Amino acid sequence: MTVHDTKLSRRTLLKGSAGLVLGAYVARADKLFAQAAAKPSVNIAPNTFLIIKPDSTVTVLCKGIEFGQGPFTGMATLVAEELDADWAQMRADHAPSNPQLYKNLAFGMQGTGGSTAIANSYIQMRQVGAAARQMLVAAAADAWQVPAGEITVDNGVIKHASGHEGRFGEFADKAMAMPVPADPKLKDPSQFRLIGKEGVVKRLDSADKTNGKAFYTLDINEPDMLTVVVARSPKFGGKVASFDATAAKAVAGVVDVKQVSNGVAVYAKGFWPAKMGRDALKITWDDSKAEKRGSAELLQQFRGLSKTAGKLVKAEGKFEESMAKGGRVIEVEYVFPYLAHAAMEPLNAYLKWDGDTAYARYGCQFPTPDHMAISKVLGLPIEKVKIDVLLAGGSFGRRAQQSTHQAIELAEVAKAIGPGKPVKLVWTREDDMRGGYYRPYCIHRMRGTVRDGKIEAWSDTIVSQSIMKGSFFESMMFKDGLDPTSYEGSNEIPYDVENFRCDMHQVDVGVPVLWWRSVGHTHTGYVVEAFVDELLEAAGKDPIEGRLELLSKKPRHAGALKAVAELADWKNYKVPAGRARGVAVVESFNTFVAQVVELSMTDDGPKVHKVWCAVDCGVAVNPDIIRAQMEGGIGFGLGHILYAEQTLDAGAPVSGNFDTYRSLRINEMPEIEVVIVKSTEKPSGVGEPGVPPLGPAVANALAKLGVGRPRQLPIVPGASA
Amino acid sequence: MAAFTLKINGQARQVDVDPNTPLLWAIRDGAGLTGTKYGCGVAQCGACTVYVDGQTVRSCSMPVSAIGTSEITTIEGLDSKEAKAVQAAWVALDVPQCGYCQSGQVMSATALLSVNPTPTDNDIDLAMNGNICRCATYVRIRAAIHGAAKSLEG
Repeated sequence: MTVHDTKLSRRTLLKGSAGLVLGAYVARADKLFAQAAAKPSVNIAPNTFLIIKPDSTVTVLCKGIEFGQGPFTGMATLVAEELDADWAQMRADHAPSNPQLYKNLAFGMQGTGGSTAIANSYIQMRQVGAAARQMLVAAAADAWQVPAGEITVDNGVIKHASGHEGRFGEFADKAMAMPVPADPKLKDPSQFRLIGKEGVVKRLDSADKTNGKAFYTLDINEPDMLTVVVARSPKFGGKVASFDATAAKAVAGVVDVKQVSNGVAVYAKGFWPAKMGRDALKITWDDSKAEKRGSAELLQQFRGLSKTAGKLVKAEGKFEESMAKGGRVIEVEYVFPYLAHAAMEPLNAYLKWDGDTAYARYGCQFPTPDHMAISKVLGLPIEKVKIDVLLAGGSFGRRAQQSTHQAIELAEVAKAIGPGKPVKLVWTREDDMRGGYYRPYCIHRMRGTVRDGKIEAWSDTIVSQSIMKGSFFESMMFKDGLDPTSYEGSNEIPYDVENFRCDMHQVDVGVPVLWWRSVGHTHTGYVVEAFVDELLEAAGKDPIEGRLELLSKKPRHAGALKAVAELADWKNYKVPAGRARGVAVVESFNTFVAQVVELSMTDDGPKVHKVWCAVDCGVAVNPDIIRAQMEGGIGFGLGHILYAEQTLDAGAPVSGNFDTYRSLRINEMPEIEVVIVKSTEKPSGVGEPGVPPLGPAVANALAKLGVGRPRQLPIVPGASA
Repeated sequence: MAAFTLKINGQARQVDVDPNTPLLWAIRDGAGLTGTKYGCGVAQCGACTVYVDGQTVRSCSMPVSAIGTSEITTIEGLDSKEAKAVQAAWVALDVPQCGYCQSGQVMSATALLSVNPTPTDNDIDLAMNGNICRCATYVRIRAAIHGAAKSLEG
């Protein structure tokens, strides 16, 4: 009974060999889930995504996880638009794990990421709404014995000129029996009354997130549940050699202690005794296979490599020949630290396993691989495992785990203590901060030359770890043995430069790494935009005019740049004394964002006073959520560019909490103005693209102020640790 | 373990915990009130903010044995006119994103307006900089506090 999206096709993700494994799983799951998909009769077809109750509330089941970026509201907007529902009757909840019914059409599996929520659902969810509307109308026509074509639906009210009138709830049962339209007609955008409109759609989750009622994984408190904390190796790759749990078991409230593959698990009645028990453990670690290098050693290795040519990613023209001709030659190195995601809610998950079935509940961002992992660890068939997705207190990439490390640990701690004992696995802030899966440490060495006011040559040598290596994504996504998420944005710059090369050293380090809000663009956006600004400065060009001259083939970059120039009154604005402005424009995830930053210097480093932001994300579905994501992306980008890094001491991560991993606070948040560029292009995401331009815009403003572009991040040294 | 009677939101609640247990976990695991969140455990992030006898306290860093007969107020027990104004302003501006820190933000903002009905931006910085929001909803938090202040002027 699903309404399939026929217009969006799966991308290359399913083409590789590992993709076939996943594809096979999906196909198998089709059958396994077929019965489970049958819903009670109050659900209306397409019953996979909608529940219409007798009280006429319409609940949209959201494929992706809601952790702040707004898919609950976004999906409900798309459905309500075509359903002609009243916004007040709309609700949203998470769809459970079911890769066939709820796959992300951009991934081919169920999962949230890559700022795809709206992009992959724009047609599909509207089709769901349109199909449901058509079926409700058919039901009303049948009940009233009038032609369906004479029935109107407006703000949740179904009407006929004869005087008949009703709401959705009255016809939900009857509509279920109607045939599901194969190709429901969608509105022309000129008829939209919710999509893209200001002030008509409010977030569905604001009230509960303001009064303490919003329910997160940490809030699960079932009878007989044990809270579990795990002692993990201080160094990545370390293993338990031996442990003594005598003192831990003596802590009041501790129920048991068990070894799992990742460390030693302490089970207790509540969090505090679990943590006290863990503190009392005596563990000897076997570090023979652990990563033992510190940050200084990594810098030395990465820096050395950056001075040699890496594997070629892309070349155009004749870079070395052009450089040999001289001119104003500029070579700069940019060093980026490991960054923790540090979402407000540290990792956690709940699992109830009775020996035959398992039921997990948590803020699961990649349900499909997690589902498989839990099945495997517990030796259960797929259909005997259920995952319900809960709200999560942020992610920024941290919960999108292709390694499924948390799901494995969750299933292992349940298995170790035996069936019939529900477990809530909780990571402390320190566990989360020191637990790895960071934004990769990386270096970019940029070289270029300017002759006669023109950028003639550009090269970028990247040294980075791979995010996808060793995971199921590797065989699907790697190109020529390299991880494209390490160089995305660096390999194809938007600017017209005749002689170009990008090459990369892909380095193995024993520190697990992961996508971090906007992934490769967090560093490639910085280097490309700081370097073009530096070269334009050498060429004597205005940062915006100079960029526009080089964007002849990139109208949407140019459009965002022009929009931000207008918003910030780039030409006529009088910058206050002691301040300077900088600009950057970055495309990520098919969304184009340009930002202008105004800042001054203080004893505590740069103070950003204001950010002007222009965003082109195609059709703007929820303008206020787009603005919110730009605001949040700017704050997230700013806090990290200024203050954050995770350093390693002989392989062990140093920062464990916000006292040393400094987070942006309200007094450091700039004023922000956002303009959304009008567009009829397909909608694209906004969760990540607000982040990348902020850093280089800050760097370019600092250059204008005479401070120079920061070459090693974070900008404020010693803010962390 | 020891039995403590905590006065939370006007009700007596029995919790049986170790005396060193932070108030946060007595509230969450002991009394079962989960609106108050754990974010750092070291009084750095403010997600655990509650009132003890009307004063804002980071409940993650105060042992339950230190509470005695003090009155504890959590997000579930907020009902002052300032609290209602703050919550209405939060909803009107759609402040929350992930929402996990927002109980603490609302507690701190309400406390500010209770003592300072017309806060300046600087007052807001001083009162709110102990509350981290990793989604960086700070622009809207500031605007909502001003909005709530305005609505209270009547």
